[in-house]
Amino acid sequence: MGNIKGIRDKVAIIGMGCTKFGERWDMSKNDLIFEATKEAIEDAKIEPKDIEAAWGGTWVSGFDGRCLADPLKLQYIPVTRVENACASGSDAFRNACYAVAAGAYDTCLAVGFEKLKDSGWSGLPDQQSLPSNRYPDRTAPGMFALMATTYFSRYDLSPEEGKRMIGSVSVKSHHNGTLNPKAHLRREVTIEQVMNASIVAWPLGLFDCCGVSDGAAAAIVVPADKAKDYRPDPVYVKALQISVCPSEGELRADYDFTQVKATVRAGEAAYAEAGITNPREEISMAELHDCFSITEAVTCEDLQFSPKGKVKEDIESGFFELTGGLPVQPDGGLKSFGHPIGASGLRMLYEMYLQIQGRADQRQIKDPKLGLTHNLGGIPISNTVSVLIIGL
Amino acid sequence: MAGIASYGAYIPLYRLSRPDIQKAWDSMIPIPGEKAVASYDEDSITMAVAAARDCLTGIDPKKVDRLYFASTTSPYKEKQAASVVAGALGMGRNTLTMDFGGSLRAATNALRAAVDAVESGAAGNVLIACAETRIGAPNGDKEMSFGDGAAALLVAKKGPVSIEGSISVFQEFHDMWRSDKDTYVRFWEERFVREAGYLRIMPSTVAAALQKFSLSPGDIAKAAIYAPDPRLLGMAGGKMGFDPMAQLQDPLYMTVGNTGCALSLMMLVAALEDAKAGDNLLCASYGDGCDVFVLKVADGIDKIKDRRAIKRHLESKKMVPNYLKYVQWRGLMETEAPPRPPINHISIPALWRDMDWGLSLHGVKCKNCGTPQYPPQRVCVICQAMDNFEPYNFADKKATLTSFSHDNLAASIDPPSTIAAVDFEEGGRIIFNMVDRDPAEVKTGMPVEVSFRQVHFFESIHNYWWKCTPIRC
Repeated sequence: MGNIKGIRDKVAIIGMGCTKFGERWDMSKNDLIFEATKEAIEDAKIEPKDIEAAWGGTWVSGFDGRCLADPLKLQYIPVTRVENACASGSDAFRNACYAVAAGAYDTCLAVGFEKLKDSGWSGLPDQQSLPSNRYPDRTAPGMFALMATTYFSRYDLSPEEGKRMIGSVSVKSHHNGTLNPKAHLRREVTIEQVMNASIVAWPLGLFDCCGVSDGAAAAIVVPADKAKDYRPDPVYVKALQISVCPSEGELRADYDFTQVKATVRAGEAAYAEAGITNPREEISMAELHDCFSITEAVTCEDLQFSPKGKVKEDIESGFFELTGGLPVQPDGGLKSFGHPIGASGLRMLYEMYLQIQGRADQRQIKDPKLGLTHNLGGIPISNTVSVLIIGL
Repeated sequence: MAGIASYGAYIPLYRLSRPDIQKAWDSMIPIPGEKAVASYDEDSITMAVAAARDCLTGIDPKKVDRLYFASTTSPYKEKQAASVVAGALGMGRNTLTMDFGGSLRAATNALRAAVDAVESGAAGNVLIACAETRIGAPNGDKEMSFGDGAAALLVAKKGPVSIEGSISVFQEFHDMWRSDKDTYVRFWEERFVREAGYLRIMPSTVAAALQKFSLSPGDIAKAAIYAPDPRLLGMAGGKMGFDPMAQLQDPLYMTVGNTGCALSLMMLVAALEDAKAGDNLLCASYGDGCDVFVLKVADGIDKIKDRRAIKRHLESKKMVPNYLKYVQWRGLMETEAPPRPPINHISIPALWRDMDWGLSLHGVKCKNCGTPQYPPQRVCVICQAMDNFEPYNFADKKATLTSFSHDNLAASIDPPSTIAAVDFEEGGRIIFNMVDRDPAEVKTGMPVEVSFRQVHFFESIHNYWWKCTPIRC
């Protein structure tokens, strides 16, 4: 893997903001960007003019630095739009942190945002289009369902057992969403409802799939050695890793869909950067990319939370519940909080940040030290993954 | 004299029962049997490719000199269909491609032209592929009787069937026709069509052919004679001096329907499936005249009987669940579009650039590590060697289904859209859609095969690629 140097403990977060996610018919993308950034600025207790450079992470809702400069009236500072599929928000944050760690700037802003509900479409646009248009419509649920089909088959789970395993993941995330005023969906669901829901892409049903949402989130970062000038409880950046798959699963017959190599690699690199040797013990809590319930289950194995092929036992024992040994999706996850694509990476950091500071209200985990966020952009056969770790 | 070196055919998997059509329209007239219906992603080009692949079993397409495509239902009025078929088959760029159309004699016209080319020495061999997807107007008699299908013949200097020769007459005649402005086939009064048309010239032309080759009706083992229905064939057969039960080849009316210009060659292929050395065969088409061919079967006919041809395709079938499905597949009624994003504006340069791998399913094989991969890459997915590849054909390789999903969200004329991760026995993977399947029967590990289909019709462009199906037959 090479010598992971990284920027552990060189950068700190001193302010964050996040809009309510959901069908924000009344909010334009500029409204969402402004709302999240205003909260971050107020949380950091800085002035807008203190921001020296900014990065805007979005999949399709903006195209160059003006996406932030325009709504926020940033005054002729450097602004860049970042896109890395569902890892766009995390990558915008990563860029802002590298700028601070390099000593180029002392105060940087990262905003993730997405306005998806203006389109009127069901689901996201095509995952695999070619300029020649030869490939038929391939949806995200369809491509992730392949992961469920082979996971069930490889580990001898009947369709019923498999659907129960992944359904439990959604039950847990829905419950956590009811404790979060900013979540898109705030209702409990039972395992029966999840297993009997209409099929979107077999074997994934309605409650195995995250919906389409609008939203934005923002973070303000400064050098670690200046963080306590701003607040007594900054949260430090421990690891920022991205791993991009060269579409191996599309071309190689030996990819069996039960693992995402980019998650494994990004996880290993993040643990090395953060000095973590036993993730299951040392990571206090995690926000994982639960675009689909099966994705969360496989990710827990890929990130070494559970042994390979054994995540079912941890799901059944409640290990990932809010009250369990390694709470996953304490804020409801993509499933309940929602998935405005560019915003999700920063929304995940927002929850980890609040939890570390003891500000997570009804969702508060006892004495968390390290929070991990994971994004998976793309599909199992071809993807770009981020793993970030922040904490004390 | 030219010969037939190989034959092939294709009948769509799906059949629509005529009683179901009758029930839909609350029609009084009971017409029995079923018709073959091309699926929503099939057309005359895709079916011609399927029949040609059957015909080319064990034969290198690059060794074929010419490709003649025949149909009255080419997807294009102006754009050659034969070039699409030749591209899909992986034929060499110097192949002479020709379209034959315009009448129900288009396929036998192509056969005549192929025989002339080979006999004159202008070509070593000619592959003929004919196919039809004619539509009869809804709630009409032609909707009942028409069917979809295709046939292919490889005409060469030598083969187990020799083409003794042919006779043709022409007749400028509006019994059945379709102008460039019509969707549905038009026709004149049935009695006129029968008596002034078919019954007047078919028997006399057949008689002339028999006389030319010094044969009497009794010498013919099987006569593959185009007919729009069995009753008319029986009447004509009697006039020609044939024993209808013993000598007339089944016109496929009860099982496939009237497949237009493809019918006479489909019937000939069916006759060849049962033929033995020494048989004299007759093949006749009708449409603005007649073409009548006389053929003789020799030793070696058994060597090419492993084709799917007519019989195996006939026996492998699924029923179209109801008449409205057929209406939707043929686009005869405007239906509500699903709330999915529209197809992207197409790039013609990209379509042209992709031609080799898009049309013929050719990928590459890394010369460094030996891994086949699709689509063609510049950097090997396994060993990262750069620009070190050779062409590799995926279309003829054995394959199995590694994973699948039935996607209800994806835009499809016939949901669910089954996504299939297909792995090839000798290496390589392609993600296809799977069609011609019952979703409940799809299982990981099952063997699958590839099929050339239309993916979209958008911005007036018929866009083709491949899908996978369970092993058909």
